[in-house]
Amino acid sequence: MRKTRTTRRAVALAAVAVIGSGLLAGCASDDGTDSESGGDSDGKTVITVGLFGTFGFQEAGLYEEYEKLNPKVEIKQTVIERNENYYPQLLTRLSSNSGLADIQAIEVANIAEVVRTQADKFVDLGKADGVTKEDFLSWKWDQATTQDGKTIGLGTDIGPMAICYRKDYFEAAGLPTDREEVGKLWAGDWQKYIDAGKRFQEKGPDGVAWVDSAGGVYNAAISSSATRYYNEQGDVIYKTNPDVQKAWDVAAEAATEGMTAKLQQFTKPWENAINNGDFATVSCPAWMLGNLQSKGGEKAKDKWDIAQAPKAGNWGGSFLGVPEASKNKEEAIKFAAWLTAPTQQAKLFAERGSFPSAQASYDTPEVAEAKHEFFDDAPIGPIFSQAAKGIPTQVIGPKDQLIQENIVGTGLLQIEQKGVSPDDGWKAAVKAVDNALDE
Amino acid sequence: MTTTGSPVSAPPTHQGGAAPRHRNAPPSREARRRERRSRWYQRDVKWSPYAFVAPFFVFFGAFSLFPLLYTGWASLHKVSLTAPTDMEWVGLRNFTRLFEDDFFWNSLGNTFTLGVISTVPQLMMALGLAHLLNYKLRGATFFRVAMLAPYATSVAAATLVFVMIFGRDYGMINWALGTVGIDPVDWHNDKWTAQFAISTIVIWRWTGYNTLIYLAAMQAVPKDLYESAALDGASRWQQFVHVTIPSLRPTILFTIVVSTIGATQLFGEPLLFNPGGGPNGGPDRQYQTLGLYLYEQGWTNLHLGRASAIAWVMFLLLVLIALVNWAISYWMKKSELGRKAARRRS
Repeated sequence: MRKTRTTRRAVALAAVAVIGSGLLAGCASDDGTDSESGGDSDGKTVITVGLFGTFGFQEAGLYEEYEKLNPKVEIKQTVIERNENYYPQLLTRLSSNSGLADIQAIEVANIAEVVRTQADKFVDLGKADGVTKEDFLSWKWDQATTQDGKTIGLGTDIGPMAICYRKDYFEAAGLPTDREEVGKLWAGDWQKYIDAGKRFQEKGPDGVAWVDSAGGVYNAAISSSATRYYNEQGDVIYKTNPDVQKAWDVAAEAATEGMTAKLQQFTKPWENAINNGDFATVSCPAWMLGNLQSKGGEKAKDKWDIAQAPKAGNWGGSFLGVPEASKNKEEAIKFAAWLTAPTQQAKLFAERGSFPSAQASYDTPEVAEAKHEFFDDAPIGPIFSQAAKGIPTQVIGPKDQLIQENIVGTGLLQIEQKGVSPDDGWKAAVKAVDNALDE
Repeated sequence: MTTTGSPVSAPPTHQGGAAPRHRNAPPSREARRRERRSRWYQRDVKWSPYAFVAPFFVFFGAFSLFPLLYTGWASLHKVSLTAPTDMEWVGLRNFTRLFEDDFFWNSLGNTFTLGVISTVPQLMMALGLAHLLNYKLRGATFFRVAMLAPYATSVAAATLVFVMIFGRDYGMINWALGTVGIDPVDWHNDKWTAQFAISTIVIWRWTGYNTLIYLAAMQAVPKDLYESAALDGASRWQQFVHVTIPSLRPTILFTIVVSTIGATQLFGEPLLFNPGGGPNGGPDRQYQTLGLYLYEQGWTNLHLGRASAIAWVMFLLLVLIALVNWAISYWMKKSELGRKAARRRS
């Protein structure tokens, strides 16, 4: 009897030990599970792709196409909705060399920091087979290239900027509605865009704001200037940079003049406002079209049109990199090169409206002749190609995103939503930026 | 299985009187085995409890103690998330700088005010509801389960719904206010409206939980206390004040401690209440709590050292709260004993 009791206890102890060590081992590292990500049971190579937001590769059928071309390959993607959650996770995984996908997306706002601090963790894609440097816009290529010439990311899309406007509201306010003339209305200067807004406020329909948000105006204006928060030597200069000051003044004027719908972009209230038609214009990088279409719905069809922005600029866009820790480096490089090749970028533009960073695709019919049904068949191909050609080569820096978020989310939002004066708003923004940059 | 007597006794005498033989002969194999077994048994009794609690401590060590200590170590360094292993020693600078960090004091203040306006009404309502549920009710189980439903809802789901309810342009509350002619309120952007809105989420989620704890404690109060109080002519309110509340005192203290800890760590509600989703707690940081500030420093600004220092300050605050709690309960016990002694003397 006693014997059985001891054995039972021994068994229980052993079980506890096994469970405990099993659990501990389970969270120790992903390195042990090569077989799972390296290939599945039918001997296929699985390429994992880690993305944020909506790239639309899968939706445009590109994965399927590649799998058909390469029957031995299977593609799996994981998506985190917001880049601000995706990016810290990517950094953590890079530093621990585990949990990384074979291909990782990097946002343009983070690319300078990744190039500067994580370059040794990524494969040099510049010299990979099937990658042609001349296919890409040179500034896009340079953004992902280190000083000693290692290219850690291939450009996917860019965000050449236009202005989307509601024709019905423009007509009611006595403003021109033809996209050429609307473009002329403010060509060359963001201040003219604000002046047009003043005319709209006088005669436009009640309850409709000129623009969605001061932050949107600021982002658009700063995106069209050559310098922003850093100079070429890498010093932070936003406090004294006239380009920043100009963009700030324009956005602050929109806020103090009550021209904005007091919204924050990409929030639920903003989506509701698009659906209800609460504002007449919005800065429209190519990727914004999808937002207007999906949130606007049938109600808004053919009411929006697209005109050139006061100045050509680039807002947003991303890169694909292959981490050194990838288990299928060779296959992943091949796939990343294929995914960012001009043909595929053109397809993605036709299907999803993400504008190619591969300039070689601009002459393909998919881009050159693209029209957008929702925007009353506006010729989006020529509109955005023209904008893309005018994009200045921007000086980017590692903390661009942080600085911009604080200027918009603290400074401008205080002016716009809390009625703080522009001077106090700027002070609050500078204080927040200083605190954020101070390690 | 032995069916008779004690399992350690010698075999029964009718089988040949085993016991005397044992006494005379040198220790046989059987006896040595028995001795070994009893040593095993002693060791078993002595050590296996430790083995049974060991998994908890192993996990505690791996997932609580080690991170706690490592966070402390990191807080003495300048570390960036871009290179977490690359640490530069800065001593106590990450702590001393908090004294002049307006954002830190702001978040500390918000944590305090949010804690007060969400905890106090929550516990008072829970007490009242528990009192009502303690009566004989039809469908009592239904009400008790219903009380717990918000607690079982995820923070994210609940907060997203509340964000819509408190929306400025298309929110339900502003719509309702509009029907009676009150101008829409911009819930997010004013400090107190925002904190009020966030505290309603907390109250909504946690009141039921505390109600059930109070209810359980109330059901342990002996019925004869109420009977004798009723005999003495005490009304229901007097019974509540003079019988229920004093008997619940330890429970109330417990819920206060738990809610205070929860309030100090308030994070999910204010994070998701921000329509932009960021951890800055609104344009003026009007509802940024300590948890959010820590998150902002660590995961938005990528300053792990500064974030670790804030985490340690939060930990020390909780230790302080625990000490205060201990002091109060000690004082309560003492005064209780004192009162009892006084009663006995009189």
